[in-house]
Amino acid sequence: MTKSITNNSQSSIQDLQPLIQIQQLSLSYKNKPAFQDVTFSIPQNSITAIVGPSGCGKSSFLTCLNRLSDLIPNCQVSGHIQLGTVNLLSPKINTTALRRRIGMIFQKPNPFPMSIKKNIVFPLKEHGFANAQEREQIVEEVLTDVGLWSEVKNRLEDSAMSLSGGQKQRLCLARALALKPEILLMDEPCSALDPISSGIVEDLIVRLRHKYHYTIIIVTHNLAQAKRIADYAGLFWVEEGCGRLIEFGTATQFFNAPEHELTKAYIQGTKG
Amino acid sequence: MSKPKTLSQSPLQSWFTRHKDQCLVWLLRGLAAIAGAIILLILIFLIKESLPVLQEVGIKAFFQDRAWNPVEQSYNLVPMIWGTGLTMFGSVLLATPLGILSAIFCHYYAPQSIAIIYRRLIELLAGIPSVVYGFWGLVVLVPMINRLHPPGTSLLAGICILTLMILPTIALVADAAFAEIPQEYLLGAKAMGLSASGTIWHIVIPTAKSGLLIGVILETGRAIGETMAVLMVCGNVVQTPDSIFDPIRTLTANIALEMAYALGNHRSALFVSGLLLLMIIIVLAIATELIDQEV
Repeated sequence: MTKSITNNSQSSIQDLQPLIQIQQLSLSYKNKPAFQDVTFSIPQNSITAIVGPSGCGKSSFLTCLNRLSDLIPNCQVSGHIQLGTVNLLSPKINTTALRRRIGMIFQKPNPFPMSIKKNIVFPLKEHGFANAQEREQIVEEVLTDVGLWSEVKNRLEDSAMSLSGGQKQRLCLARALALKPEILLMDEPCSALDPISSGIVEDLIVRLRHKYHYTIIIVTHNLAQAKRIADYAGLFWVEEGCGRLIEFGTATQFFNAPEHELTKAYIQGTKG
Repeated sequence: MSKPKTLSQSPLQSWFTRHKDQCLVWLLRGLAAIAGAIILLILIFLIKESLPVLQEVGIKAFFQDRAWNPVEQSYNLVPMIWGTGLTMFGSVLLATPLGILSAIFCHYYAPQSIAIIYRRLIELLAGIPSVVYGFWGLVVLVPMINRLHPPGTSLLAGICILTLMILPTIALVADAAFAEIPQEYLLGAKAMGLSASGTIWHIVIPTAKSGLLIGVILETGRAIGETMAVLMVCGNVVQTPDSIFDPIRTLTANIALEMAYALGNHRSALFVSGLLLLMIIIVLAIATELIDQEV
């Protein structure tokens, strides 16, 4: 798998190569379709926002990208997701390696019930970081990256459960960063947080993207947030009881000159 | 509700409608009081029945007398305490890892269809009458141990039978404890590509710890209280065992064996062993409560 992301210029995101190509992706639970026929490409080193009303299949879509959909009983995925040279949906894919490359942040902060430090050290150990010193270094590095280091450096051994909601979410982000993923999936990462924590996490997403050139795919309810941070945006909508991708394009075009009537209505707040 | 005919229905009915909740509360209070009183009455009865011998020979006699020979005023319970303690300890030691590991298998590795069948089977295991276990032990297990090392009826047989009997308790409690683990921990672990074994060892077991401990206490209680099956396979010789092939007698078996002909102080001494058993169970119940509160 290639891991060469060298494009640093933020101004030319339009020219970026597609990193993930999604073709005719459909997902159904017990033969009831959640979304159907989704086709678009996610460019490298960009923030792609997926917006849309509840129940339109946004989150289900995200779980296909790291194969978390495998874990849902009676869940069937069809179509094609190309990442580099591999088809993500191939049964031969090593999901452990895949999930290391593709990190995920959930709506509800879910640190493990262990100490703050162990939350980062434990996944590192699991992925074969044998050198304790290196692990310590990564802990400090990622906690600094998410702005938690100064807040928790004196209580690294405390339970992660003692942190506030916003801190927990930043710890989850740090935990994901520790594995040096290329792609970050975020399922409404701010919607369970208060406005201030939400703002902090949002700033963090943008900053980290610039620093490490992640490709970030964020599902959000918050249109204003999507507008602030996204380079690309897509709208999911339920049509005839099944989610569909209505429109996908650069954020400028999506928010200022949407092509589809539904997108227009959704952005103006008259629908959704 | 039946009401006297002379009374006009509406006032009573309206009174009842207004006080429906109070009526229910008092009814429930009454029933709860009865249930609580039964335990207290049993405890009081046990103390009352054991008092004569306790007053006459003192508590010390039960630990320091030469032997258990109540007809000759000798009341040493120590061999029976060893019997109960060793069978309990051995079976808990065997059943706990078995039960927890099987619950882990059922929860995290088994396909859904096998897990369901497996759970039903374990529940069935819990429902088999203890005399059936004892009978099977006597007919199958004891001869097998006899071939290994006579006489067959032994501490080992008791431990084996008890392990089978308490296994469902720990397996079902562990299964319930695992079911309560928040799904988001497991999803989080999966999303980071963590191995199943690492997730189970570092996340599942620590999170379920208090539930598992309660399971251990419950199975211990069951192991201590079991009488019939143990009585059938243990040989019931009053002695402190030197090896697991020695026959032993448990406190519960002692009561069951001698109650038919015990009189006077002998009878009273049997109540002392009953009291002792109840005390152990009370301590275990308090331990459960403390673990529960800690969470």
